[in-house]
Amino acid sequence: MDMQVAKKKLGLKERYAVMTRGLDWTPSYQKMEDIYPCIAYEGIKIHDWDKWEDPFRLTMDAYWKYQAEKERKLYAIIDAFNQNNGHLNVTDARYINTVKLFISGISPLEYVAHRGFAHAGRAFPGPGPRVACLMQSLDEIRHAQTQVHSISNYNKYYNGMHDFHHMHDRVWFLSVPKSFFDDAITAGPFEFMVSIGFSFEYVLTNLLFVPFVSGAAYNGDMGTMTFGFSAQSDEARHMTLGLEVIKFILEQDPANVPIVQRWIDKWTWRGYRVLTLVAMMMDYMLPKRTMSWKEAWEVYFEENGGALFKDLARYGITMPKCAEQIALEKDHLSHQAWSTFYNYAAAANFHTWMPDEDEMAWLSSKYPESFDKQYRPRYEFWREQAAKGNRFYNKTLPMLCQTCQIPLVFTEPGDPTKICYREVDYKAEKYHFCSDHCKEIFEHEPEKYVQAWLPVHQIYQGNCFPEGTDPTAEGFDPLAAVLKYYNFENGRDNLDFDISEDKKNFDEWRGQATKNI
Amino acid sequence: MQIDLRTVSIKPLRHTFDNIARRIGADKPASRYQEGTLDMQQTANFHYRPTWDPEHEIYDASRTAIKMADWYAFKDPRQFYYGAYTLARAKQQDTAEANFDFVENRGLASTLPESLRDTVLKLLLPLRHVAWGSNMNNASVCAYSYGTGFSQPHIYQAMDQLGIAQYITRVGLLLGDVESLDEAKRAWTEDDTWQGLRRYVEDSFVIKDPVELFVVQNVVLDGLMYPLVYDTIIDDVLSSQGGTPVAMLTQFMTDWYAETKKWVDATVKIAAAESPENKQILSQWLTAWRDRAAAALLPVARIALGERTDAVMADVVQQFNARMAKAGVAI
Repeated sequence: MDMQVAKKKLGLKERYAVMTRGLDWTPSYQKMEDIYPCIAYEGIKIHDWDKWEDPFRLTMDAYWKYQAEKERKLYAIIDAFNQNNGHLNVTDARYINTVKLFISGISPLEYVAHRGFAHAGRAFPGPGPRVACLMQSLDEIRHAQTQVHSISNYNKYYNGMHDFHHMHDRVWFLSVPKSFFDDAITAGPFEFMVSIGFSFEYVLTNLLFVPFVSGAAYNGDMGTMTFGFSAQSDEARHMTLGLEVIKFILEQDPANVPIVQRWIDKWTWRGYRVLTLVAMMMDYMLPKRTMSWKEAWEVYFEENGGALFKDLARYGITMPKCAEQIALEKDHLSHQAWSTFYNYAAAANFHTWMPDEDEMAWLSSKYPESFDKQYRPRYEFWREQAAKGNRFYNKTLPMLCQTCQIPLVFTEPGDPTKICYREVDYKAEKYHFCSDHCKEIFEHEPEKYVQAWLPVHQIYQGNCFPEGTDPTAEGFDPLAAVLKYYNFENGRDNLDFDISEDKKNFDEWRGQATKNI
Repeated sequence: MQIDLRTVSIKPLRHTFDNIARRIGADKPASRYQEGTLDMQQTANFHYRPTWDPEHEIYDASRTAIKMADWYAFKDPRQFYYGAYTLARAKQQDTAEANFDFVENRGLASTLPESLRDTVLKLLLPLRHVAWGSNMNNASVCAYSYGTGFSQPHIYQAMDQLGIAQYITRVGLLLGDVESLDEAKRAWTEDDTWQGLRRYVEDSFVIKDPVELFVVQNVVLDGLMYPLVYDTIIDDVLSSQGGTPVAMLTQFMTDWYAETKKWVDATVKIAAAESPENKQILSQWLTAWRDRAAAALLPVARIALGERTDAVMADVVQQFNARMAKAGVAI
């Protein structure tokens, strides 16, 4: 009788290798440089793609199984939250403005990440990084869609979100996050991986994603919180990929180190400028705060990031030099941002307000160095003026930074009484910047950044009015035309919270839900 | 008998997002497929040109010769957004797992006639490289095509093909061992049998037009290979020779093809119905690549079909032509 010889059982690592790397072969009918045309021009040298260490070993069957389980739970909770009018359980209706900021500013970026990782996965000749990138591409479309699906119900009851795709491509302040991701996806595949995979996912995720999700949890928003928690294990995979990418590139060739260092410097600063929106969300927009922006920066960047860069020191990588300036700004960032939005509340798709006495006290305690001295007096004055019926909505367009596209509202590092301006002459044109770091980024790649679609310039050039608008007509109101181009409903989507339809409806609906009227 | 549960009811201000309402013609409740797909891709005011393709915008409809007035004319009949997609695959994965368990636990692999087992290893295992090529091509279409209605199904297709490559690998490990995989890769890169197909796949890697690549990979190559290998050779010819366990191990591919074919057909139909110019271009692509693919698959089919190869292949090609005619492109 024949005895079946027991087959050698493959270890997990070997098994995963035959499931991924074993699939690849060296082509001979087409040249490598024609199949992978974008792999050389950034100057990164890779000698051996097989040195790639898979950061996680997930075959597709296991992926489908785990992810489907998560989807089932997530949608069950979203359905329950919606059916039960869960939005009426949030702390107060001001909270919903963070949701507006999220869906119009952040969710569209998840979509770009989806396409960007498909591009990077296609671009890399190594099967290890390709599989990891494509799996992340698939995760990112998940995040974009689960966010839209979770927030869809808020859109049914509250203003400001009703045309968020359209707004993301047009509204002045949304060009800040949009240009960040446009910058990343138009870079080469290696820079994309350092910008999004490492700087964004690994270094800054705790300062972007986490504050929104924790904010949701603290403020009774189970819908938003649940997609956040559901995305957590995806994010953990993305973070390990981001770290592996950096280590892999650095280990391949010493000539890669200075290139990567420049990218880390650039993307930490670019990312931090986008986080301006998060900073003000944390300090001003959450009715119940989780922690201050300053505390978050200290914990997640200075402590955790500090440890990370210590670890990367053995490759010759140092802490991005912009960290020094960020440390100087941490007492001011959120206040300067909120003041700006309070000024331009007519042109934003969310509502603004002045902090009440309790909130002022909280801000004083979290920002003892700066709040009472520089910002409280300003707020008290504005509050007084508003009470007298002199609420001032700024209609003059600000000068924008050519790189980060934020209005020039930040102060000089170390001097909170003086606005910081920098400028560069390039090919007979003058370009303006909010900081030395944004200026340096421009100077390194001027041909890229001169292309920027700056909302203020575009408005002045007449490119932000609805088709058929005649700006020479008598009584032409440029701001009204721009709001039309944004598809804002003037008076519903914008202006102060106190006079908003959101506030009125929320109070009425909550009354219906909790009292016997 | 109905019971009446009371909930607090408040009247919504709107039923969906404006962009969805514009597309579906009214402010009415929209499906998750619609809200997760329509206008997801950015369309206006891009800041910079790609350094890797400065001739185009980040998303640019002019990367393909196919012209559409509205790229959201493309709709996936399966209505796959991520959640629906993973749930569908998880269910198929469950069945595949049960099938593998069934074959393994009962030792059915060792009951296969030796010649049949060899045929399966020779025929099936090199196809994991074809699936891997498809993974890359579909990633390419996802990255460079225009509009989420068109691009989205390609990331699912890309990952499905990775899954298929992995299922074939498991079949190889079950009926053979790691050496069988190595031998199959050697055959794929060296043996005459496979060179036509390998050339087809490698030539597809350098196609820049995303819709052409969709045609070359998902319409033509899959459209001939899956009916030939899975529907005809494995489910029919080999099963009648005692190879039913193999059909169980490849059920995922059979079911998968039956499902994805609906999306492929719908996509061809929509592009062709748009204009006579589109139809003309599709017809050229389909004819040229069909002839290449059929020729490349002939020696592969011979591994299992011997003398019957030409007749079976002719039949598969004829069915393919009929399918395309039904989708609106006569070839």
